[in-house]
Amino acid sequence: MGHTHHDDHHHDHDHDHDHSELSETALRVRALESILTEKGLVDPAALDLIVETYETRVGPRNGARVVARAWSDPAYLERLRRDATAAIAELGYTGRQGEHIVAVENTADEHNLVVCTLCSCYPWSVLGLPPVWYKSPPYRSRAVIDPRGVLAEFGLTLASDTRIRVWDSTAEVRYLVIPRRPSGTQGWSEEQLADLVTRDSMIGTGLARDPAEAAA
Amino acid sequence: MNGAQDLGGMMGFGPVAPEKDEPLFHAPWEKQALAVTLACGSLGAWTIDESRHARETIPPARYLSLSYYEIWTEALLKLLARHGLVSDAEMRAGHALAPAPATRRPVPNAEAMAAILARGGPCDRPAEAPARFAVGDRVRTLNIHPTGHTRLPRYARGKVGTIERVHGAHVFPDTNAHGAGERPQWLYTVVFAGDELWGREADPTLSVSADCWEPYLEPVAEAA
Repeated sequence: MGHTHHDDHHHDHDHDHDHSELSETALRVRALESILTEKGLVDPAALDLIVETYETRVGPRNGARVVARAWSDPAYLERLRRDATAAIAELGYTGRQGEHIVAVENTADEHNLVVCTLCSCYPWSVLGLPPVWYKSPPYRSRAVIDPRGVLAEFGLTLASDTRIRVWDSTAEVRYLVIPRRPSGTQGWSEEQLADLVTRDSMIGTGLARDPAEAAA
Repeated sequence: MNGAQDLGGMMGFGPVAPEKDEPLFHAPWEKQALAVTLACGSLGAWTIDESRHARETIPPARYLSLSYYEIWTEALLKLLARHGLVSDAEMRAGHALAPAPATRRPVPNAEAMAAILARGGPCDRPAEAPARFAVGDRVRTLNIHPTGHTRLPRYARGKVGTIERVHGAHVFPDTNAHGAGERPQWLYTVVFAGDELWGREADPTLSVSADCWEPYLEPVAEAA
């Protein structure tokens, strides 16, 4: 495989091994954290808490549960339409970058796609931290002018007459796409349904998984 | 400002590269960058709008060459120096050279940080005047090119759209980023037809919305 023992050893370390710019940033961040700690401006336990929150508690499974509930409970869907922030808080999901949420529903005729052309705004409370592609120039530049081209790069081709609605997150309102419920899921539990709801389907760069594909 | 952050409609960046089973962090330093950025933000020395402006003032060639956590880190160092919390000299020395000044808000411990993350920072405020526009109104965005912070993207300036939602009054980033106050303004979702933004070649199935504060908008007289 071309991996020498030396390479493996190198990878074991907290080094950025192939890009001097990255190494420089890694060193600067390390120095910064130590200066901030020395000056009492950060509490290391609070830093750990932040990382742990987004590694273990706040991620796209939260949003998937919201979608599964919306698919299962018409009264919940109605509350989600009226005030998504409050309806999502019912499930215990609140907080940073989820203070003002609007749920947008895909239909047979219309597909929703969310972007932040100006930075990286993303509904953290339900989707966690955004993936790199969401924050990068190719997606941010093209989602608003060539959404079909972008979707094709995710392997998604919509019918040519499907309306595409792009939401540019220019303010503090965060958008959560409610994908269409896959057919063949009558009688499924919310837990089973949530397993069909991918992160990308809640951004609009994908659809909910097909039950047959999910079973495969 | 017309900086490199304002990417909507630009071309030439190549395909989007979704990463299969993308890890949450691509290197340990990214975790540190996230944590120190959020922790320092919680001290209250600057607003989220000032931090966005600190990122977008990175010169374009450099902005476009950095990863997002690199952009965050570069902006954070600028903010810490500007507000007297960590100096460039301290960064060069690699250790503290002066005691920390008093912070606007106390340094949170883990428990306090959990509460801060769970609470977030709502930006809705009591309205200071009635809303000028209602759902269904036709509006034109202003053709503005402020040198300071704005959240009206270039591709959506001087364009006619329709008010689709009224979100209430929200903190106005154009003033708040520069220490000129929250000055809450009505916030609207304005939807634009694809061809209004991109001309005749636009995808005929496309519409795009942006969230626009009232000072970005002027009424469009309905044709008689």
